[in-house]
Amino acid sequence: MKQICLSLVLCAVSMLSVRAQLYQTRTAFIGFYSKTPLEDIKAENNQVYAVIDTEKKNLAFSLLLKGFVFTKELMQVHFNENYVESDKYPKATFTGSYNGDVQTQHDGTYRVTVKGNLTLHHVTKEIEVPGTIETAGSKLKVKADFKLRPEDFEISIPGIVREKIDKEITVHVTAECNPSK
Amino acid sequence: MQFRKFLLLSLVSFLFATVNGQDSSLLKRLNDSMSNAGGSSYVSGTFKTTHIVNMQTVESPAKGALIFLIQHRFGQLNSGSYNFFGLDNATLRLGLDYGITDRFDVGIGRSSYLKTYDGYLKYKLLRQSDASSGAPMSISLLAGANIYTVDLPFETYINGTYRTSYFSQLLIARKFSSSFSFEVSPTWLHYNVVPNLTAKNDMFAVAVGGRMKISKRMSINAEYHLLATKRAEIPNTPEYDSFSLGWDIETGGHVFQLVFSNSQSMAETQYIPHTTGSWGKGGIYFGFNIARIFNLKKHS
Repeated sequence: MKQICLSLVLCAVSMLSVRAQLYQTRTAFIGFYSKTPLEDIKAENNQVYAVIDTEKKNLAFSLLLKGFVFTKELMQVHFNENYVESDKYPKATFTGSYNGDVQTQHDGTYRVTVKGNLTLHHVTKEIEVPGTIETAGSKLKVKADFKLRPEDFEISIPGIVREKIDKEITVHVTAECNPSK
Repeated sequence: MQFRKFLLLSLVSFLFATVNGQDSSLLKRLNDSMSNAGGSSYVSGTFKTTHIVNMQTVESPAKGALIFLIQHRFGQLNSGSYNFFGLDNATLRLGLDYGITDRFDVGIGRSSYLKTYDGYLKYKLLRQSDASSGAPMSISLLAGANIYTVDLPFETYINGTYRTSYFSQLLIARKFSSSFSFEVSPTWLHYNVVPNLTAKNDMFAVAVGGRMKISKRMSINAEYHLLATKRAEIPNTPEYDSFSLGWDIETGGHVFQLVFSNSQSMAETQYIPHTTGSWGKGGIYFGFNIARIFNLKKHS
């Protein structure tokens, strides 16, 4: 009897230690933009999956490349067919962690540095970008702005159109997450 | 026995703890969530443009986009060096194709061959889905009319109604892989007047065509039109089924198509039954199609 109680308590304790404070969303926003004298590119995805663990300070994002909606439909077709080859590599993902103290009990905006691995078009690259985490009531809002280079992910751009695409693409991330189990 | 049970329980709970502590569990959680959510999108880029060579594809411009199409066919390759193997002779079709919605587009054009005007409407009835449980193919309905306006000084009774013919096609296409797409198209042609009693006012054909990508932006195309209705007997003018080969090169907003065809005309009611070139005898017309897309309205 004592041993059963003891084992039950140990189970409970070990389970307690793995409880994480998770915030999640399926409708985060990621947009990327390029401006050159020849062409402007605007692509936005409103169906990004994001999850943040404020206890362990980890976060992860995942999206379907086909979810990017371009202002010019032909660009969307070329993006999927020729550039990111979304038939072969349908997702882009990010897993990483952030530093900085985020007090989930107090409302406020906290500056953090996010560091982790971004996988796009079969290439995984480590990136480190500044961002903000804002706590508002029970919600958690993550924002980040940074630049990426297509060549870093082996996205080849033919010479004819090279001048139409910026060397560095501006990426904007906004995720409003709700607490989850 | 009790002690063993206790050990097992604690082992299991510790394992549970360590597994959850890993970084990638967050990503796995997202991926599971994503695959459970389902959702699929329509297949895009079944063909690079609205034509394989002469045959129309299930592709159409997006809402608010305009495709400007220049189609050029030179003379027959067997015309000899004096005629520079047909390059001295040329027929042209200029066409515009506008997307009223993402599914519905309207087109007009004019060919120099017999000074033919054409107009058509195309509607996407079904779009192939990414998911294996979704639609396995794309189906579009195409309907149009051709009217040739060349002067016929010896046949002044040929009026506008007689010069008009109609075509209707059910375009059925499937993108089998990122490199291979295939299209089948049952076709109905209607003529208001036919040259003699052996000719039929309604003709039926089956067109087949496909493309094979050889690089990200290039493909090899082929199409064949099999006329099911018996052809009219016209003395000294053998007619053949239209067969064409093409090479697509896509750059940004343009698609260039270099083509070889035994048909010089580019109007459906002309080239499907009345092609006079023979591949075997060198009656092949070299030519090109250039399609350029303009975005007149932003896509939302």
